[in-house]
Amino acid sequence: MIDPLFLTEAAINGLLLGGVLALLALGLNLIFGVIDIVWIAYVDLVMICMYAVYFLVQVYGYPMWLGGIASVALGALLGVAVHVLIISPILSSAPVNQLLATGGLLFFLQSFATFLWTTDHRSVRLTLPRLEILDMPISVARLIAFALAVLAMLGLYLFLTRTYVGTAIRAVSQDREAMSLMGANPQRVYVVTSAVGGAMAGLAGALLIIQYAVHPFFGAAFGPITFMICVLGGLGNMVGAFVASFVMSEVIAISGVIWSTEMGYVIAFVVFIVMIFVRPGGILARRS
Amino acid sequence: MTPARIVAGAVLTLMVAAPFLPLGVSREYTIHVLVQIFIWSFIGGAWSLMGRFGLTSLGHGAFLGIGAYTTTLLWNFFGLTPWLGAVVAMLVTAVFAVVVAYPCSRFQVVGHYFGLVTLAVGEVIRLLIVAERDWTGGSLGVTVRPAGHDSVLAMQFADKRVFYYAAFVLWLAGLLIWWRLDRSMARSAMEAIGEDETAAASVGIRVSRFKIGITVLSAVLTAVGGIAYAQYISYVNPDTLAGIGVSLRIVFAVVLGGMYSLLGPTVGTALTIALAEYLRILFGLKFIGMAETIYGFLLIVFIIFLPAGIYGSIRDLLRRRPAALAAPAGTTA
Amino acid sequence: MLELRAVTAGYGAFTALWDVTLQVRAGEAVAVVGPNGAGKTTLMRVISGLIAPRSGQLTFEGASIGGTPAYDIVGHGIAHVPEGRRIFPGLTVAENLKMGAFLPRARRRFAESLARVYALFPVLAESHKQRAGSLSGGEQQMLAVGRALMSEPKLILLDEPSMGLAPVMVLRLFDLIRRVREEGYTILVVEQNVRQVLKLVDRAYLLEVGRIRTEGRAAELAEQDFVRKAYVGL
Repeated sequence: MIDPLFLTEAAINGLLLGGVLALLALGLNLIFGVIDIVWIAYVDLVMICMYAVYFLVQVYGYPMWLGGIASVALGALLGVAVHVLIISPILSSAPVNQLLATGGLLFFLQSFATFLWTTDHRSVRLTLPRLEILDMPISVARLIAFALAVLAMLGLYLFLTRTYVGTAIRAVSQDREAMSLMGANPQRVYVVTSAVGGAMAGLAGALLIIQYAVHPFFGAAFGPITFMICVLGGLGNMVGAFVASFVMSEVIAISGVIWSTEMGYVIAFVVFIVMIFVRPGGILARRS
Repeated sequence: MTPARIVAGAVLTLMVAAPFLPLGVSREYTIHVLVQIFIWSFIGGAWSLMGRFGLTSLGHGAFLGIGAYTTTLLWNFFGLTPWLGAVVAMLVTAVFAVVVAYPCSRFQVVGHYFGLVTLAVGEVIRLLIVAERDWTGGSLGVTVRPAGHDSVLAMQFADKRVFYYAAFVLWLAGLLIWWRLDRSMARSAMEAIGEDETAAASVGIRVSRFKIGITVLSAVLTAVGGIAYAQYISYVNPDTLAGIGVSLRIVFAVVLGGMYSLLGPTVGTALTIALAEYLRILFGLKFIGMAETIYGFLLIVFIIFLPAGIYGSIRDLLRRRPAALAAPAGTTA
Repeated sequence: MLELRAVTAGYGAFTALWDVTLQVRAGEAVAVVGPNGAGKTTLMRVISGLIAPRSGQLTFEGASIGGTPAYDIVGHGIAHVPEGRRIFPGLTVAENLKMGAFLPRARRRFAESLARVYALFPVLAESHKQRAGSLSGGEQQMLAVGRALMSEPKLILLDEPSMGLAPVMVLRLFDLIRRVREEGYTILVVEQNVRQVLKLVDRAYLLEVGRIRTEGRAAELAEQDFVRKAYVGL
C-alpha cells in the first residue's frame, strides 16, 4: 500500500501543475475558438519566453517580477508576430496547409533555439522559503505559479465576459461573419486574440521556468500533453479544457507515484485514447 | 510514343541502372539517399491516401513506430522472421487505426481537430516506446539483431544494392496501389468528399466506412514503410520512427510535392530529402541546428507561397496555357 | 438612397446574379421576391459587403460601396439582418444588442438605441439576461432586427425574416417590421412569402435565376398571375 501521505502530496502537486497546464490549454483554445487554427508551435513559444526569463533573471540579474512582466509582453508580441507573418497569409488555405505552417514554425523554433543556446538545460534558481504542510514538503515555486495561473485565468474570464472587446471576441468565435456585419474587422479581432493567447503563453513560460529547466525541446515534453488536454476538453471548449487540465495532471501525478513518472504519462495517454473513443467531442460535450 | 512516355521510360531505365553506374566514391551515398527517397515516397503516398480526403493525420509516426518496433522486437527476442513479423505488425496497426478512426469518423472529426487528435496519438506511441525502455531501449532505440550473413528470411543484406531494388519495387507497388485506388474509388470518393448534407443516412454510412477503410489502408502501408526503413537502417529509434517530427516531415513532403497527384509525394519527398542532405553537408558539424532552422524556415515559406505544392503548381500553370488559347465566345446564360 | 446598376456576382466559378439593377429610395420599403435559389440571399450579401461584385456599380447615398468589406459598409449606414438570423447563441440578449452597437458612433448613442429597441420589442427587455440560443425562433428574429437597429442604420436589409416561423409569428413579425419602417428606417426585404411581404412594402422586384424579371408597385404585382399561382403558401 502506498503511504497516503505520498498520495496526498502527489495529488497536491498534480493540482499545482494542473493550474499552469490549464493556462496553456486555455491559450490554445482561445486562439482556436476565434481564429479556427491550431498553433502546433504554441508550447514552443512558451519555450522562447522561458529562455527570455532565464537570461533576464539568471544571467543578467533582474528581479523575477520584472522577468515575468517581460515574458508576458514578449509572449503577446510573439503572438501578434505569428499571426501577422504566418497565419494571416494562410487564413483561407486548406487546413493541412495551416497545420503545416505552424508545424514548420515548431521545427524552426526548436532548431533555432538549439543553434543559439545548445541543448543544455537552463533553470532559474530562486531562493524561496521552505514550506511544509502536515509533514508534506510543498514547493513554494509551484504554489506561487498555481496562484498566479489561477489569477490569470480569472482575469481572462473577466476580460471575456465583462469587457467590450472580450465579448466581441466571444461573439467572433460563435459567428465570425455575423460579427463583421456589426462593423468589427475580423483581422483586428484576430490580432487582439493572438496577443492575448501569446501573453498567456508568456505568463506560462515565466511560471514554468521557476519549476522546470528549459531546453530547445521543451515543447516536445509539454506540447503533447497540452494537445491532449485540449482534445479531452473538447477543442474550443474553454470550460472543458480547464477541467481536463486538472484531470490529466492528477492522473499523471498519482500514477507517477504509484508506478513511475513515465508510466504516469502512459496512463494519461491511455485515458486519452479511451476518452476519444467514448466521447470524441470532449468530456463535457453533449451527446448529439 | 509521346514525349512524356519517352521521358518516363528514360527515368525508369536510369533508376534501374543506377546502382551500376560509375559514380565512383559517391555511389554508396547516392544509393543510400535514393533508397531513403523510395521508402519515404512510399510512406508519403500512403499518407496522401488519407490526406486527400481531409483526414490530415499528423500522427503517422505512430504507424511507422508500431510497424518497425513490432517486427524488430519480435525478431530480436523471438527470432521471428520479419516477413511474419510484418504480418503481425500490419494486424496490430490495423486494429490501432480502427480504434482511432472509428470515433473520429462517427463524430465527423476532420481538419484541425483531426490533426490534433492524431498528433496526440502519435506522441502516445512515442512516449510508450520511451517508457517501456526495458525492452524497447527507450530513447536510445534498439538495433536489429544481426543475422550474421545475407539472409532473405531475416531481411538483411550486406550489399546496399539489394535494398535499392527492394525499395524501388516497394515504391512502384505504392504507386500502383495509389493509382488503382484513385481509379476505383473515383465515384464513391466523389460522394465521400462531397457535401455532408446530401442524404446523410445512406451516403453517411458509406462515408464513415470509407474513411475508416482508407485510414486502415494508409496506416498499414505506412507500417510496411516503417518496417522497410528499419530493416534497411538496421536500427529503430523513437525519434526517427515516431513522434511529431517524423509525422510532420511526411506531411510536408507530400503537401509540398502535391497531395492530389500520383507523383506528388515522390517529388516532394525527393526535394525535401535532397534539401535536408544538402543543408547537412553545407553546415556539417559547425553551427549545430542551423541546417534544421533553415529547413523549417523554408518549409514555412513554401507553405505560404506554394499552397498547391510544387507539382500541383506546375500542373496548374501548364493547364492554364492551353485554356487561354481556346477562345470562349462570350458568356453563356 | 441605394442603387445597383448591372451588378453581377457569384461564388467561385458559379454566378448567382446577372446584370441586376434596382433602386431603393429613402423612406421606402422595397421587397425582392422570387423562388428558392433565385439569388436573393446573394443579393443581400453583395449589398452588405460579404461578397464583392464581379462587375457593375453599387452606390449608397452617392458613395460607391461595391467591393467595400462588410465591416466598413455598416459604417455607411447599412445593417444586414442575415438569413437564419445569426444571433450569437452563447451571448445574452443584452450582449447581442451590445455587439450590434460595435461602431464607435453607435456606442456613443448606446443608451438611446437600447431604449428604442426595448420599446419596439418589449419581449427583448424581459429576456435581456437570457442566453440568446434559448430563445424561440420569433424572439430570435426580433433580436436580430433589434441588433441591426443598434448600429444606427439608415437602410435595413432583411433576409428571409419569416423563414422557419409559425404563421402567427409571421404576422406579428411583419407588424413589427411595419413599425420599424414607421420609425423612419428604409427597408429592403427579401422574402419567399410573397403574399405577406407585398402587403408590407411599396415596391417589389421579382428575381428569378439571378435576373430581375419584373418590378412594380406592390399592389399591382399582387394582382399578377404568377404571384397567385406560383408562389402560394410557404
